Amino acid sequence: MKPKAMLVSLLGWLVALVWILPFMGVFMTAIRPLDELLNGWWNFQTFRPTISNFSGAWNHPTAALSRGMLNSLIVAVPATLLPLFVATMAGYGLSRYKFRLRTPLLALVIIALALPQQTIAVPIFQMMNVLNLVDTYLGLIIVHTAWGIPWIAFFMRNFFTTIPKAMEEAASIDGASDITIFFKVVLPLAMPAIGSAFALQFTWVWSDFFLALILIYSPDKLLATQRIPLMRGVYHVDWGLLSSAAILVMAVPIVVYLILQRYYIRGMVGWSLK
Amino acid sequence: MAFFVIPAFALVGIFVVYPVARTVVLSFLDSDGKFVGLQNYIKVLSSREIVNLEGLSRGFPLGALVHNLLWIAIHLPLTLALGLVLAVLLRNVRGGAVIKSIIFLGMVMPMIVGGVMINFMFDRNLGIFNAFMEIFAIPARSWTAYPDTALLALIFGSVWLWVGFSTVLYSAGLETIPKDLYEAAQLDGASALKIFTKITIPMLRPITIVVVTMTLLWELKVFDIVYVATMGGPGGASNVLALQMYLYAFRALDFNRSAVVAVLLTMSTLLVSLPLLRTLRDDQS
Repeated sequence: MKPKAMLVSLLGWLVALVWILPFMGVFMTAIRPLDELLNGWWNFQTFRPTISNFSGAWNHPTAALSRGMLNSLIVAVPATLLPLFVATMAGYGLSRYKFRLRTPLLALVIIALALPQQTIAVPIFQMMNVLNLVDTYLGLIIVHTAWGIPWIAFFMRNFFTTIPKAMEEAASIDGASDITIFFKVVLPLAMPAIGSAFALQFTWVWSDFFLALILIYSPDKLLATQRIPLMRGVYHVDWGLLSSAAILVMAVPIVVYLILQRYYIRGMVGWSLK
Repeated sequence: MAFFVIPAFALVGIFVVYPVARTVVLSFLDSDGKFVGLQNYIKVLSSREIVNLEGLSRGFPLGALVHNLLWIAIHLPLTLALGLVLAVLLRNVRGGAVIKSIIFLGMVMPMIVGGVMINFMFDRNLGIFNAFMEIFAIPARSWTAYPDTALLALIFGSVWLWVGFSTVLYSAGLETIPKDLYEAAQLDGASALKIFTKITIPMLRPITIVVVTMTLLWELKVFDIVYVATMGGPGGASNVLALQMYLYAFRALDFNRSAVVAVLLTMSTLLVSLPLLRTLRDDQS
């Protein structure tokens, strides 16, 4: 290797080191007993790893993560599949049919992408109150579904505009109805894009904090992300406990990302490159 | 056609469009539901939580609105420049893909965890930041706990979280630039710098629009990391608009003032997304 190329490589890996240091710190803090951390987690004069912080966070007396992670899963699975299904159909409709409302609907989708969740918070809370859905997962799942539809619809519509219509036309000549064509011909073709949308929507719902914060308040119903702020004391922070909790909660989206990395990145990039 | 489109837009209509409209209406009403024109807006915009001009001479807090603007002024240029430089740099690094994945982890974690990580980095005893500061003989402290540094610590921490986004998008953008453009420029004897400014940057323009838009949206909407890391404190020194909206609505139970903040926030995010809307219009024609 030329010296210049080596310098560039060195610089690249130095950047990676800076970026990974906080992760290493949180990990070390999670697996080491408190007295070893007094001189910094990077100090290895003694090293007695323990899992007591993890079990402490998992079985926390007031904010157990075991329950929180289960709750998050109960919300995230339907709140991913439902909008995925509904919005894939919408994206298909927007890409294949020309109708008068099409452009306004597309504009609505893009506007919805820009909205902060704060803009719907109070009315959503009031509506859910009227519907008796405050502090229920059903209410939260419905809001997540409606909130996820615009971006998935837009993403799927962009995907459908890139795939040729020839197969659909052939099926249509054979006498298949539009709905049959959608389920038998289009959906299988769309699986890679659906994979991308799945990876992103699932991680976003899992990671959501704000919607859960305003809709879910019973202690035993709190989601995983809601339990993180509860883990840190007001005056004294138990960093071992908090670090373990942070690792457990971020592990799920990170595993999804590592497994579906190709789809994940493609989903992120799909916004910009058509 | 209707079969495909109606379920989605019915849900969006009821649970997104209607609430937005209702929030806009609320921003013009008083707590009894009487129309009061722009009074709520005047009240909110002249309150210290939103804009605090005294802060200009006394230091933080400067008000949530100013804090968001400061966030943009620091975070946007830093993430853009770092993302672009890293994307170009990592193309020529063995294992560049692995490095990119590591940097991208910040984007994958829940932002509530991101806030905890920022706390951790700047913690008095465990924070790696203090270990670096020791080199310059700067005494250790928990940087997120002091009014003069809380907001800045959050902003720089959020650069760490968000650079993965610009790096990955710029990397993908670089792939789309035709190789022969570079070869032709090299044949003409163009310098590396010239190639970068005359080919790379102009060719990345569409990506830059997306990265800038998405980053601005994120900076305006930032909530989770502030909530968990500082709760806007100490004394409002790291407060932001999205958090102030929450405090008005769900702590002070003032739905009208919270609606004003939400509307202001929405107007900013819509303004910021105009370039993306324009690309849509170009698509259609």
